[in-house]
Amino acid sequence: MSTATATAPKLDWSYAPAPESVDPGIKKRYDLFIDGKFVPPVGGKYRTIINPANEQPLCEVPETTAADVDRAVKAARRAYHKIWSKMSGQERGKYVYRISRLLQERAREFAVAESLNNGKPIRESRDIDIPLSAAHFFYYAGWADKLDFAFPGRRARPVGVCGQAIPWNFPMLMAAWKIAPAIATGNTVVLKPAGTTPVTALKLAELIAMADLPPGVVNIISSGRDTGAALVKHPDVDKIAFTGSTEVGKWIMNTLAGTKKRYTLELGGKAANIIFEDAAIDQAVEGIINAIFFNQGHVCCAGSRLLVQEGVADMLVNKLKHRMQSLILGDPLDKNTDIGAINSKEQLDKINNYLQIGQQEGAEMWQSSCELPDRGYFCRPTLFTNVSQSHRIAQEEIFGPVLAIQTFRTVQEAIEKANNTAYGLSGGVWTDKGAKIFRVTRNLKAGVIWANTFNKFDPSSPFGGYKESGMGREGGWHGLLPYVDLEPVTNHKVPGTKP
Amino acid sequence: MSTRVPVLKTYKLFIGGQFPRSESGRSYVLKDAKGRPLANVCRGSRKDFREAVVKARAALKDWSGRSGYNRAQILYRLAELVEGRRDQFVAELARQGSSLADARRQVDVTIDCLIYYAGWGDKYVQLFSTVNPVASPHFVFSVPEPTGVVALIAPEDSGLLGLVSAICPIITGGNSVIALASEKTPLSAITFSEVCAAGDVAGGVVNILTGFRSELLSHIAGHMDVNAIVYYGDDMEERKTIQSQASLNVKRVIFPDRATENPYLIMDTQEIKTTWHPVGY
Repeated sequence: MSTATATAPKLDWSYAPAPESVDPGIKKRYDLFIDGKFVPPVGGKYRTIINPANEQPLCEVPETTAADVDRAVKAARRAYHKIWSKMSGQERGKYVYRISRLLQERAREFAVAESLNNGKPIRESRDIDIPLSAAHFFYYAGWADKLDFAFPGRRARPVGVCGQAIPWNFPMLMAAWKIAPAIATGNTVVLKPAGTTPVTALKLAELIAMADLPPGVVNIISSGRDTGAALVKHPDVDKIAFTGSTEVGKWIMNTLAGTKKRYTLELGGKAANIIFEDAAIDQAVEGIINAIFFNQGHVCCAGSRLLVQEGVADMLVNKLKHRMQSLILGDPLDKNTDIGAINSKEQLDKINNYLQIGQQEGAEMWQSSCELPDRGYFCRPTLFTNVSQSHRIAQEEIFGPVLAIQTFRTVQEAIEKANNTAYGLSGGVWTDKGAKIFRVTRNLKAGVIWANTFNKFDPSSPFGGYKESGMGREGGWHGLLPYVDLEPVTNHKVPGTKP
Repeated sequence: MSTRVPVLKTYKLFIGGQFPRSESGRSYVLKDAKGRPLANVCRGSRKDFREAVVKARAALKDWSGRSGYNRAQILYRLAELVEGRRDQFVAELARQGSSLADARRQVDVTIDCLIYYAGWGDKYVQLFSTVNPVASPHFVFSVPEPTGVVALIAPEDSGLLGLVSAICPIITGGNSVIALASEKTPLSAITFSEVCAAGDVAGGVVNILTGFRSELLSHIAGHMDVNAIVYYGDDMEERKTIQSQASLNVKRVIFPDRATENPYLIMDTQEIKTTWHPVGY
């Protein structure tokens, strides 16, 4: 060991780049996956998908039209009648298991593709999105031959052809959430990924072909003008499963009025994350960071409203700012990155508009001072203080890395503020008192409550909202219900309704 | 010698535990099979419905917060009271056109239905809850909770049994309900509301309106403080109106085939809440 040098070297805390280098296996051009084959769109047109982190082209995908939707639905109908509804649960399950295993084998490749297309940090796509997707297929695969035990007194029947439309924030995971329970219970599927993020869904189509799933059981199209509407309105679709905005969810309900089509909706949210003064504050700070900055805040269940008990508010906000300063924003493929790219210019504009609105309405904005890359769509981690209940940033879903902070004094006030929203998807509670946890979690009108944690997901755990956050659950036993009709099997007494 | 003049019954609405007339002052004449007038029945208005929603919302916190055991006993108590008024219900159904045999059967099954759901009060949560074996160190469980204020368009063809068997799964699950009674056989509904008032059902938990479906349906389905609407009927135009209006606030829309003794009907007006907590020290 040498002796100490006379002058201390300047400390540099920046990290060396650590890019993930696995080949994402993205083709130059994709086709539609219909009836087990990759086919060009009827209209013959393609459009370019870009990487939101550098605005460079990634690949071309079909510009899907209503005619393509019709082909896909017909294929799904044929597969339903001829093969899938007749197959034993055990055999169905084995196919679904295959998808899970193939995805695990190529997990890193899918993670890189997801980050390239979506902009999310590789740390998240690698550790959360893709493994959870594989786990979801694995979980529901096992249900396929056990449905006779799932519903006492009832026999579960598939509902038929399911039209499924998913958002751009978790492209692969949402595809898994939709497809896995549907096909495990004997339905066939037409899946439409979001306009900006079709890559992993179309890669999944390749896996499904490799798994040798019977043609037409899963059909994957891409977006195009009014493709979603064509799918929702198609007369031979039995059920619509949608994850996306509340606005579109309401449109779907209205559009399906007067038809016999079923629907389940997983819509927007404006979750309250409640911090009591007896919480473990440092842990809570980490929880807040995860609640709102996970996936750049593009999370329907994001903890976008922070409710802090007055006694600890100043201290907590200071700690939060300090922690936000250390978040690394940048290249989604860098393993050090905490905050990746906003998925699209459109979304970035929307977020920036809310930053304006928040300031105009009188809230105080603070942002991390991190540098933004020269290219791509990025937004600094942002928080607002001096927020009141009526502010639009406290009421409307921003879907970005923007936190609105309010304070409260009593437990009752926290509950009332938390519930004062049309949404009801999720919520958070931080306290060291067990009794208080249950008092609060019972009274929050929301479908998923995280106590002393946030943004945790598991295939065995139901997810979905109250009120305008939608209806139906995905995950777990409850996640089977949207995909089955329950017929009586017991000789139940049925009181007559005729007088 | 004079014969005693019987006292006729006035049929009114049931809102917030009280029996008001329709604020609109309107009524319609209910007639028997031979066209003779049976009663003046309130023609409930939009405003009556709005008032009922306010009462139902106010009653919800207490009712949903009660133990399943307590709610179960209250449903059981309703069965006792209907049993005690068995002759009255039978005679009333007969006046509205049922044969005596059918009327007796309907009342008997109604009583049994109340007992049936009373029994579910402290059990359905166990049946439909899960502890979720997640892969991370968390304790995670999912339980049903009442969805809130439920509007019920009761079966048109079964004035007593149809109504009660539709109300039971809703209130067993801790919801409050505003029921629109059968248009053709509304009398039993109002008499049943007297049972609710005499039983321990707190005011506002069960609200019963009489009136015209065609007039009220769209308004009921579009009300922004109603969480779910349960509709018995197969009129596709009415269903379309309901679904379309329900989209305004993402109301849950439920079209049961028919009211049966069936715990899955309880689940129709439940939400599933999942709670996560880390396992550690």
